Amino acid sequence: MDNKMNYDKIEKTARVRKRVISTITYVLLAFWAVVVLFPFYWMILTSVKSYGEYNSEYIPKFFTLSPTLQNYMDAFTTVPLGKYLANTVLFAVLTTAIMLVVITLAAFAFARLDFKGKNVLFVIFLSLMMIPNELVIITNFVTITNLDMRNTFSGLILPSVMSVFYVYLLKENFEQIPDSLYYAAKVDGTSDLKYLLKVMIPISKPTLITITILKVIECWNSYVWPRLITDDESYYLVSNGIQEIRENGFGRENIPAMMAAVVVISVPLIVLFLIFRRKVMEGVSRGGTKG
Amino acid sequence: MMRKKLKSSSIKGWLYLLPALLFLGIFMVYPLIDVFVYSFEEGYNSASQTYFGVGSYNYSYVLHDPYFLQAVKNTFLLVIITVPLSTGIALLISVGLNSIKPLRNLFQTVYFLPYVTNTLAVGLVFMILFKKTAYSDGFINLIINWFGGSSIDFIEGPYWAKMFVLCFYTIWVVMPFKILILTSALASVNQEYYNAAKVDGTSKFRTFMRITLPMISPMIFYLIITGFIGAFKAYSDVVALFGTNLNAAEMNTIVGYVYDMLYGDSGGYPSYASAAAILLFAIVLTITCINLLISKKNVHY
Amino acid sequence: MEVILQNLTKKFPSRDRKNREDVVAVSDFSFKIPDGELIGLLGPSGCGKSTTLNLISGLQKPTSGKIFFGEDDVTDLPPENRGIGLVFQNYALYPHLTVKQNILFPLQNLKGKDKISKTEMLEKAYKAAKLVQIDELMERKPDQLSGGQQQRVAIARALVKMPRVLLLDEPLSNLDARLRLQTREEIRRIQRETKITTIFVTHDQEEAMSISDRIVVMKDGVVHQIGKPQDVYDDPTNLFVAKFLGTPPINVFNGKIKDNRLYIGEDAVLEVKGVPEQEVYVGIRPEGFLLQEEGSLCCKLSGVEVMGRDVSVVSTNAASLNPTIRAIIGTENNVNTREGIVSFNLIPHKVFLFSKESEERIYF
Repeated sequence: MDNKMNYDKIEKTARVRKRVISTITYVLLAFWAVVVLFPFYWMILTSVKSYGEYNSEYIPKFFTLSPTLQNYMDAFTTVPLGKYLANTVLFAVLTTAIMLVVITLAAFAFARLDFKGKNVLFVIFLSLMMIPNELVIITNFVTITNLDMRNTFSGLILPSVMSVFYVYLLKENFEQIPDSLYYAAKVDGTSDLKYLLKVMIPISKPTLITITILKVIECWNSYVWPRLITDDESYYLVSNGIQEIRENGFGRENIPAMMAAVVVISVPLIVLFLIFRRKVMEGVSRGGTKG
Repeated sequence: MMRKKLKSSSIKGWLYLLPALLFLGIFMVYPLIDVFVYSFEEGYNSASQTYFGVGSYNYSYVLHDPYFLQAVKNTFLLVIITVPLSTGIALLISVGLNSIKPLRNLFQTVYFLPYVTNTLAVGLVFMILFKKTAYSDGFINLIINWFGGSSIDFIEGPYWAKMFVLCFYTIWVVMPFKILILTSALASVNQEYYNAAKVDGTSKFRTFMRITLPMISPMIFYLIITGFIGAFKAYSDVVALFGTNLNAAEMNTIVGYVYDMLYGDSGGYPSYASAAAILLFAIVLTITCINLLISKKNVHY
Repeated sequence: MEVILQNLTKKFPSRDRKNREDVVAVSDFSFKIPDGELIGLLGPSGCGKSTTLNLISGLQKPTSGKIFFGEDDVTDLPPENRGIGLVFQNYALYPHLTVKQNILFPLQNLKGKDKISKTEMLEKAYKAAKLVQIDELMERKPDQLSGGQQQRVAIARALVKMPRVLLLDEPLSNLDARLRLQTREEIRRIQRETKITTIFVTHDQEEAMSISDRIVVMKDGVVHQIGKPQDVYDDPTNLFVAKFLGTPPINVFNGKIKDNRLYIGEDAVLEVKGVPEQEVYVGIRPEGFLLQEEGSLCCKLSGVEVMGRDVSVVSTNAASLNPTIRAIIGTENNVNTREGIVSFNLIPHKVFLFSKESEERIYF
């Protein structure tokens, strides 16, 4: 009987403990979610407060009763935010498109073709992965300056159209396609290029999409290189634009308008992420680091 | 016949690689060599592209430049504070995420958001949250006041306050990647090990220390190594918080120093920039090697 | 320790979106396992045997029903408080720990008054290791061991804290054929020596038959028969059990009962008194055939296979449900055929009748 009591007690403590742990877990997770989301909330909130309202709040309010879109109009009219956005889209699309062609050809050569020096070359490729951008950016800056390509799109785009890591990722993917497919195509008289276009690229579509998304994110957020290479506002990307807005834009204190610009810049990527959530997260865990 | 075929396919291989090699050569291999050359050319003048001599003067200049030393101090502080903290918090959150079922996807999505936001743009929001102006003490100070503290200007105030904001923002930015990697590492541990431990009456804490941690240790070390590398290269988040004139704000980083030497009001010294960049590379390489050595001793593969 | 299962039922919510009905993994399972016996839970995959094991271990909670260890109701007790040892199908040895550390692991969990000293722990670990004969391998890591050795380590780890009940989930499925034979003898020996009530799960009937004191035959969550292996083999309660046990498997025919006689096709093969006239399934064990020149069951011969001490006669019959009929006879018999026809007489207690509708046994 004593034993029985004991068992009931064990059962009960086990149940209580489980509940306590799960409550603590949820509180902790919710706390971090708030930490993550709050800046987003604050930026949207601030962006719909009017200039006067914002500046009269010595103690900031957590909501607004008279939301306004005036700041968004200001963001597009007072500073060339539209131009920044257009530049960034153009930059992202062109860079990504050219890069896809370059890396696909290279990955195909490494994965499918046999040529002298392939293995040595691939090892060199891999070792280049370890070279930080900071080390080569100095000379690139000088090169582009000497070529008179500052404040041009080619100057912006060309140094970023090659990524050793993506070549590696794609090559690994290509190599998973069975050889028999290639030989079957050869027997049918398919040329290498046609095989690449008709067989390998469609099969590797998921990886290509992942790479595309990662590259677009990278382009959208790139700051350092554009800052070095452009000082003409009509070539600014969003990152430089926002920095410009901050330092000289609306006059330093028009923070609501600044926040409106920040919202406009942030929304496209967040939407892209929410649509391709799984793809993005999978791609990042396979080989993205920020910074 | 065979030989001819081999030769033509050899040419074909190089042909496919041509664009990649071209871009790599111009924008990676050549600059890599060049940066060393620059770093040893003394008195380089970027306008006339001439220099006086060859030597290690650039390094000694950089190493004696108070701005560089400040940048090194800032960078090391940032690294030492944020890497362990962010990895630890990410581990905590991932373990939490792994132990729940409802709302898990929602939390995961939310946690990932900082990854897809523009560092510069959100940094601006952080600046506003932390900044104290004549018109308002800002949101964070409001909270501090609630708890009875007095307002601090985190953006243009004391050094430790600025460092705090920088660390906080850096952790906020790097967290998504770490949580993502750790949750998938945790999920890949075979459930049978946990069942075995449960049957043996292993406490939750001991299970975590003796089973979970050793099993995901390769991933933790991967995160620590990439975390170190990433934090050493901190720059754009600093700019986002404190503006482009980082030397004046005492918040410059090594990478920031490199760019300042290269361009802008204080720029035009690619030799100094190169020397600083190579020093940074040497530091990162050393730390990474140390990390790898430690991990070899402690990580169970 | 006696283990009692009382109306044990486990339902899982359906994953199928169209059919929302719960999946019943174990249905109304009652069984009293006597102290110190070796019990084999046997059935095809998905029959609920692993779920039953998980219910006994406490890794899963039953939807209804109760589990007793002796006098103690352990139904709602978490696994760690049940005093069980569990050997997993893939052994679940911690790959980063040595054999010794793996075996010590459960002992290091002991808390409070159960806590024992380091030397005591080592003593116990070595005792367990010796029992399964791996005391030479204590410093190795699991990946340096063969499958059979890993299996032994897993058993040692389960035994080291002297569990009240030992549970083994498909203990032999990851071993090759030769090791399997050897290891199952080993399990039997260890169980005899420790006298711990042991329950193991398997889909291999030969394995279960060879070492169990009792077997439980399950299908679709329902227990079909419980008994000593030989009894279940000799006296199956329904067609499924008859078909599931025995190698080579039982031969099944369409038959009918007429005038107290059993007919297979046109051949009247047996006298069956007191069975109502009906269509039936007839199950005949391979050793239930007697090769006789004027035998009552005539089949078309397709071949004779001599396998050492036995000869198996392979033949076909239109009424057979199996593509071929396999009869095992002693080598002393000469297989005489006339025009490719073999004829057999049947040994009555090797012949089972089953209802066509319920597939339950019809006794005669």
